[in-house]
Amino acid sequence: MRTKVILALGAVALPLLLRNLYAIMFLVPDEMEQGPIYRIFYYHLPAFFTAALCYLTALVSSILYLLKKDQKYDAIAVSATETGLAFAAVNLITGMIWGRISWGIWWAWDPRLTWALICWLVYFGYLMLRSAIDDPTERAKNSAVLSVFASASVAITWKAIEWWRTQHPGPVLSIRTGGVQKIDPIMENMIYVNTVALLFLAAIFILVRLRQEEVQREIDALRRYAHAMN
Amino acid sequence: MTTLRHAAAIAVKDLRSEFRTKESINSTLSFSVVILLLFAFAFDPTPDMIAEFGGGLLWIVFVFAGALIVNRAFARELPNDCIDVLVSSPASGASLFLGKAVAAFVLLFGIECICLPVFGILYNVTWWRSLSGMMGVLALGTWAMACVGVFISALTVNLRLREVMLPMLVYPVLIPAILPAMMLTNTLLTGQPLPSDFGVWLRLLVGFNIMFTTLSVYLAETILVR
Repeated sequence: MRTKVILALGAVALPLLLRNLYAIMFLVPDEMEQGPIYRIFYYHLPAFFTAALCYLTALVSSILYLLKKDQKYDAIAVSATETGLAFAAVNLITGMIWGRISWGIWWAWDPRLTWALICWLVYFGYLMLRSAIDDPTERAKNSAVLSVFASASVAITWKAIEWWRTQHPGPVLSIRTGGVQKIDPIMENMIYVNTVALLFLAAIFILVRLRQEEVQREIDALRRYAHAMN
Repeated sequence: MTTLRHAAAIAVKDLRSEFRTKESINSTLSFSVVILLLFAFAFDPTPDMIAEFGGGLLWIVFVFAGALIVNRAFARELPNDCIDVLVSSPASGASLFLGKAVAAFVLLFGIECICLPVFGILYNVTWWRSLSGMMGVLALGTWAMACVGVFISALTVNLRLREVMLPMLVYPVLIPAILPAMMLTNTLLTGQPLPSDFGVWLRLLVGFNIMFTTLSVYLAETILVR
């Protein structure tokens, strides 16, 4: 059943991603001041939204694990976190490429950039913590708690764009400016459409990773059983 | 009320045990002074440079020292399985956490109060210009370190690579508190008029403390009960 869901999601995501790539490259209008490099925003922003949603999924799963002690939720949390980290890396890298062209530097110690990097490091620490604990129950419990802690960094990163007026561009989407249209509606719609495409992609990654995690748990359980039998 | 009474008993126990052996105090204090010296060797500190990053330098020393203190918070209970006795005692997880966090706070704050004059002498800084403000920022930043540090110390206490894992997890989580503490300390050290974003940094530091203290107290029981 899950394989069918993954294939169905892939069947929607692939054409959508290709269609979006074509639209981003050839259909949407040029930005007046930045030139063609602005098109990287169609991946930069959706990657951040996707990563934030993955982190939110990890938070909800972690809370559910703490409440119900069901390993299934731990598996969802780790799958979502790993996927979120990948999309957050896309967000950081595309931002760096844009910064190199627009500002002339790869990295500026701008609060908004810095918070995004901190957020990435916190979730990387989550994965490191998991790898350091052998007992599955202890690992699930401790990492669920750390995930709740880490979600605070996501909240700060989300708000950083409003709290600090720095060289990083401020919010432009009408959903974050209280309905004020700051960019062409065609551009804004393109960002939303590409966010949907990346969300489909993230869902595929999470489901595939979830299956790997479940198989790994079965193997570990069998290994423990074989060890106990000896 | 019982939680607070238990927390006070644990804090007193930790402080008494620390003052008897002075293990953490001596090592952390000498470590902090060595780092202050090393920074002075690394560059020739001019008043302009200190005005620009004195606060940052000071907090880097405190954060390094803090890792040593909080690492011991639960690790000192490992010999003779004292941690199991503490967990099975009538004290709740929240009071255990609070007691240990308060003890770490007192130790760290004491070390900072000794380091501050040393920093003033070595780097020629008039740090007492706004003493009350400075103490307030120190207290807020130190509580953030003690709270997050002790909580993560409970998470990592049974790990093989505890000494490596603790700073790796604590530092990124702590940056939202340390960054405002650095900015505020810098402003207070230079004695310049308060910048427009002073309030934002202060709110962030206070907000961080409220958020993480609440989370830690709420989740301590989950972590400590095995």
